[in-house]
Formats: sequence, C-alpha cells, structure tokens
Amino acid sequence: MKLAEKLKKTPLYEIHLKNGGRIVDFGGWALPVQFSGIKEEHVGCRTNAAIWDVSNMGEFIIEGVEALDLLQLILVNDLSKLYPGKAIYSPMCYPHGGVVDDLLVLCMEDNKYLLVVNGANIDKDVEWIEPLVRYFYETTFRNISDQVAQIAIQGPKALSILTKLTDYPLEGIKYYHGVQDVPIAGINCLVTRTGYTGEDGFELYCKAEDGPALYEAIVEAGKEDGLVLAGLGARDTLRFEASLSLYGNELDENHTPLEAGLGRFVAFDKGTHFVGETALMEEREKGLRVKLVGLEMLEKGVPRSGYKVFDETGEKEIGYITSGTFAPYLEKYLAMAYVPVEYSQRGTKIRVDIRGKKVLAEVVKMPFYRREVKRK
Amino acid sequence: MNYPENLKYTKDHEYVRLEGNKAYVGITFYAQDQLGDVVFVELPELGTEVKQGEVLATVESVKAVSDVYAPVSGTIVEINEELNDSPEIVNNDPYGEGWICAIELSNLSEVDALMGHEEYRKLVEEGGD
Repeated sequence: MKLAEKLKKTPLYEIHLKNGGRIVDFGGWALPVQFSGIKEEHVGCRTNAAIWDVSNMGEFIIEGVEALDLLQLILVNDLSKLYPGKAIYSPMCYPHGGVVDDLLVLCMEDNKYLLVVNGANIDKDVEWIEPLVRYFYETTFRNISDQVAQIAIQGPKALSILTKLTDYPLEGIKYYHGVQDVPIAGINCLVTRTGYTGEDGFELYCKAEDGPALYEAIVEAGKEDGLVLAGLGARDTLRFEASLSLYGNELDENHTPLEAGLGRFVAFDKGTHFVGETALMEEREKGLRVKLVGLEMLEKGVPRSGYKVFDETGEKEIGYITSGTFAPYLEKYLAMAYVPVEYSQRGTKIRVDIRGKKVLAEVVKMPFYRREVKRK
Repeated sequence: MNYPENLKYTKDHEYVRLEGNKAYVGITFYAQDQLGDVVFVELPELGTEVKQGEVLATVESVKAVSDVYAPVSGTIVEINEELNDSPEIVNNDPYGEGWICAIELSNLSEVDALMGHEEYRKLVEEGGD
C-alpha cells in the first residue's frame, strides 16, 4: 500500500486493515471510507448502531485561572454556561466573522476544558489559539491529539451495547454531557453523550494505546445487536442527512455562522467581547446576504459538492452546493447550498447544474432527518 | 473478483458482451466494487451515435461520480431503463441485469482489440491502482 505509507495513522489502523476497511487519504490520515458499504453502514446506524474510529480528531486542553476568559474571547458561544461535565458546541470565528473551525468544548473541572476540533484543522487551530494564551493569567494550552484515541458509537442501540461493558450507569449521562474515568471494558474512558449522526450515542476518549482494545471490545459486545463497523463515507452521509455542518463544506472562512444557520450558537448576549462579534452584529443588523438552504431534487440527478446553482429559469447563477448526495435512509437526492436570501424560502424552485444539465430542485426544510425522541 | 470468459474488457473497467452485431455494455465487477453503492445511472439516449472512448453514461455512487466510456463505436439501440428505478442492480449483477446499454457496432474490429478475461484479470490484480 503505497498510499498509506505517507499518511498519518490512527492507533486503530491495523484493525481496520484486518476488518477489510477500504483505506483512503482523508486530509492526510489513512482511514477507512467504508467496510460493508456506505448504505448498509448508514442504515445500520439509524436502525441499530455503528462504530467509528475518529482518532483523527484533535484534542486540546485549556487550563488555568483565566481559561474561561480565553474561551469566551475565541469562541462565539457562551462558555459561562458550562459546569464540570457539561459540553457545548461552538464555532470559532475570525474577526470578519468567517469560521476558523467548529468544535466541542467539555468542562472537565473548574478552569479546565477539553476542546475537540476537526482533524484537518488541528495545525491551524493551534496557530490560532496558542499565541493568545500568553495574555491570560496562569493559563496553559496543550495539544494532546496524538495521545488520544477517539471512538464514536452511535445509534439507538449504542447505550445498550456500551452498558454491557461497564457498571457505570451510562443512561444517566444526559445529551451534551460527559463523565471522566468511566471504565469501559476495563479501559479508562472519558465518555460524552454527543455525536455527529443525528442519533443517540456516545463518543469515547481513551489513551491512544488503549484504542484498539476498546474498539474490539465494543465490536464484540455489539455483534448480537447488529452493530456495524462504519467508515468515513457513512459518517458523512449520516451527518449530511441530519443536516449537520461539515467544516470545509458548509463552514469555511468565507461564510459566517449566521449564514450557515448556526445563529443559535452565537451568544451576542454573553456580556464579553468575542472575536467576530462586531462583524456578526453588523451582519445581523444589515440582514444576511446568503443563507444555507436544504434542497431536494425534483428531477433525477445527484447534486454534489461544488455544483453551481441557478434560478428557476436556469439563466442566473445564484450559488453553489456545499454537500449533496443520495440520502440512504430517507432515500432522496438532497443537498445543502448557499443561495442569496431571496431564494431561501421553502418551496422556491431552483436548478442545479449537473454536468451541464440544469436539473430542477426545491428548497426544503432542514434538518432533512430528525430522530423521534421518546418522551418520558 | 469475477471475470467471465465470454466478455471483452477495457482498461477503464467497462465490459462488452457481444450478441451478433450488438454489444451490451456495462461496468465490471471490479468497477462497481470500487465505486460502492450505486445510486444513480445517467443513461445515454436511444439512437445516439457514439465513438469509442467517448463518455457513454455516468454511474454515481454515494461518494463518487464515474464516467463510462464507449468501449466500441456505433449506435445506441437499447438502454437498460430498469436502472432508473433500481441503480443498485449495477452492484448486484454487473454482468447480467446490470448492463447499461447496447451499441450496434459500426466497426467489428474494435471488439477484437479489447482485452480478454485473462488480460483484464492481470490488469486488475497485478496492475492495481
């Protein structure tokens, strides 16, 4: 495998090879794009459960007397709402409002925070955050990405599968909460009830060297529950179907969180200044220029990332697709696209340029998929 | 992998099954396996004239878009409309029900120049990408 030699490998690389994963270059990482097939893995996650190696994700620790102040400055969401064991999602913006990265922050204890960032953005994020740390009293920044293995287990049976491997009452961990030092199959894990699929599920963090044993224990425990090994392909289609943004597609330095439909994560009222605040306020007052919308194809064709979008007449180019494919669970051809706000109303007809053919589509509601939540 | 003896193959992983003057064209087992779950096939139009090497059809999987090149020159005389509703047939039965179209040959010698099953097997298994 010439391909894999120059790529970074996660601690689970050898297991993926053994399990027949099809390895691809994913932003410099050798990771499996699929095992049994994207559709099967996708539907398997929605109906039973699926497991991923997401050790390519980056982990930083920000700790110290003014750790919260630093986070409040660099992130647009309000971190003062966190308490030990509580997690929050936030975009991290440039002064002009474009997005550096989007990440998860878990408060581990007072003045100690774990940041989980996109694997492809680790270097950029370090360069962005590290120089600021010196302005905060007794506050440190550590990039621990290489020391951590991260495993995601998602789907309606994720809880029952993991429960077999621990005495800890996992069902008591609420959505967007996390607990440290949980033994899963005897391996010390940080467990968060978070995910990127639109399903219930958990993300487990352990020492890099424990990753393989943890993964194999879960796979074994999940066999009788229909747990599927899943790769990056299904991870992408699942997040897409649940209309979750992907950095590099929906999010980039040219679009603001407001344009991406992430306004609820921008805490204008948090009472402290944050990077991007002025530009985002201005945009909010003036009104958005473009907006991320959901599209469903009305005529046959597969909309893909980068395809141009036209108005209904097909004469005027108005935007482009950020993500699009056949959504395996909903069985529809769907896309997300940036279009001027005047085209963002539900029901607006537009056309997608698919290899020169302008194929009719319609603006539809997002998220495309939302799981039914059982009420107590 | 699977390389039926009665077919002819191209380096771009199309196959041809000759029936008289008609060439049934599809993508090989290897090609569909590489693509993954096929979710859309853009078929050529009936009656179109194609030249060897031109784009004949497009097969799309969840992740990828792949052009199918005409292995031979001629006129499109049949298309597999089943693929409009069930593109996954390309995965399930690439050499059978998963054919894409039939071309009435304008130049029979083009078929002779295509690869036999042994040569194609070598290309896939030894020359692999």
